[in-house]
Amino acid sequence: MAESDNITELHARVVVIGAGPAGLAAAAVASAAGLGVLLLDAAPVPGGQIWRARQGVAAEPVARTLARLAPAGVRVLAGTRVVMTLPDRALLIDGPGGARRLRWDRLILATGARERLLPFPGWTLPGVFGAGGLQALVKGGWPIRGRRVVVAGTGPLLLAAAATLRREGAQVVGLVEEARAAALARFAGTLAAHPRKALQAVRLGSSLLGVPFIRASRVVAAEGDGRVERVLLRGEGGRTRTIACDALAAGWGLIPQTELGQSLGCALAPRFGAPALAVDAAQRTSVDGVLAAGECTGVAGARAAQLQGEAAGHAVAAELGAEARPWGHASRLAREHAFAAAVAATFAPPADWAARLRDDTLVCRCEDVPWSALRGQPDLRSAKLATRCGMGHCQGRLCHDTLAAVMHWPRLPVRPPLSPAPLATLLAITEHPSTKEPLQ
Amino acid sequence: MKVTVDGCPLDVAAGTLVAAAIELAAPGRGARLSPAGLRRQPLCGMGVCGECRVEVDGHAHRLGCQTLCAPGMEIRTDG
Repeated sequence: MAESDNITELHARVVVIGAGPAGLAAAAVASAAGLGVLLLDAAPVPGGQIWRARQGVAAEPVARTLARLAPAGVRVLAGTRVVMTLPDRALLIDGPGGARRLRWDRLILATGARERLLPFPGWTLPGVFGAGGLQALVKGGWPIRGRRVVVAGTGPLLLAAAATLRREGAQVVGLVEEARAAALARFAGTLAAHPRKALQAVRLGSSLLGVPFIRASRVVAAEGDGRVERVLLRGEGGRTRTIACDALAAGWGLIPQTELGQSLGCALAPRFGAPALAVDAAQRTSVDGVLAAGECTGVAGARAAQLQGEAAGHAVAAELGAEARPWGHASRLAREHAFAAAVAATFAPPADWAARLRDDTLVCRCEDVPWSALRGQPDLRSAKLATRCGMGHCQGRLCHDTLAAVMHWPRLPVRPPLSPAPLATLLAITEHPSTKEPLQ
Repeated sequence: MKVTVDGCPLDVAAGTLVAAAIELAAPGRGARLSPAGLRRQPLCGMGVCGECRVEVDGHAHRLGCQTLCAPGMEIRTDG
């Protein structure tokens, strides 16, 4: 512990990172067991992505849980990000309260997932968004009424995004799913074994009646003069078509956000088609005292995230000697995971992505690095040093995901800061990570 | 509540994101210009891509998709 620096210090027996379904459930169980809990989230209002606040008002399940957490003394820090991990079970955090050192006895990572956003010609034009991305912006007041939107890519999130956009007054002029009819039919068979999911699908489907559903087709390019005006699609057999639109919302499923866990040294393992934080049945990671729950351990939906969050809450309560009921929902979680495996198999990301890139397609949006500058590089580190690809604000969270998949390059280790921070925040602490590790 | 976007006054509802306020004030203006000078709008909506970065009340590099408007807030874009 550094003694000479001048930074406010916080401590909680249980620190939960991420206030989505997993983090809220973990905080509720741990606090009900009598443990001091601090819950931190980067967004201005808790809830995460699936339970995202609408116009600043917390979603109903979030409000209900927060109402239970407040009397239990759970401290919620919204709008606050983890900047880096520090020695002796601590994190450097930054938010409205300024830079602070946050010490924990047990840490529960519930950092969720992000959209798989893949580059294609025209994807940097204004008016092109992630599918979940536009859904999130619209919930925050982004004007969409009367605008023509194409929703494209793959996965169930496209349906949810299209439904939200339509409810807010958008004209959804195309819902474009890459999966082929045979795969979708197989998936429908899986749905029959999961009545809750089938009901959700029926509800979503009925809210999308009249929307053109275009299967086995993919986005070739977004085009327009200074902003998106039309989307080029290619279907089976090479048939092409063009749809005029004001916005394109495109996403190819979700990927676990593992960076904080990786920086703590937590092992990864492939889960439902993407690298995820590896956990045991009690949600413990490979690092002592660090647990993980929800989509950072594999993308499996909100119900699985809640169940895992509860399991993590019970696990820390047992480890810290607090009263806790045993967690007995392993079979329910297994059912959710079986469904997640079917989703991952049906809506897998396309394997042929390099063929969709043109020489001038900007793979790294932060630094404007085109595909032509990257495809001759031997590995990610060389690409980064030679082109600045991955050295901008997103720190490679978009482009390195793409290049690792397209070029089969190994990923680079995660380096601090985990999110961009003012120099004053970094200067507030005296302990800094070793500078002996090789430059990347 | 009242905010300003690049000096122009704008009325927004409570709970409006800074990124949304910019689109309401000036459709298509976006937030930042890329190093090559290309106009950009938010992409991910959840604080990952950084395309929504703007100046808020004199503080540079605030994420417009992770910041709610507050009364009197001064928002400045690159554009």
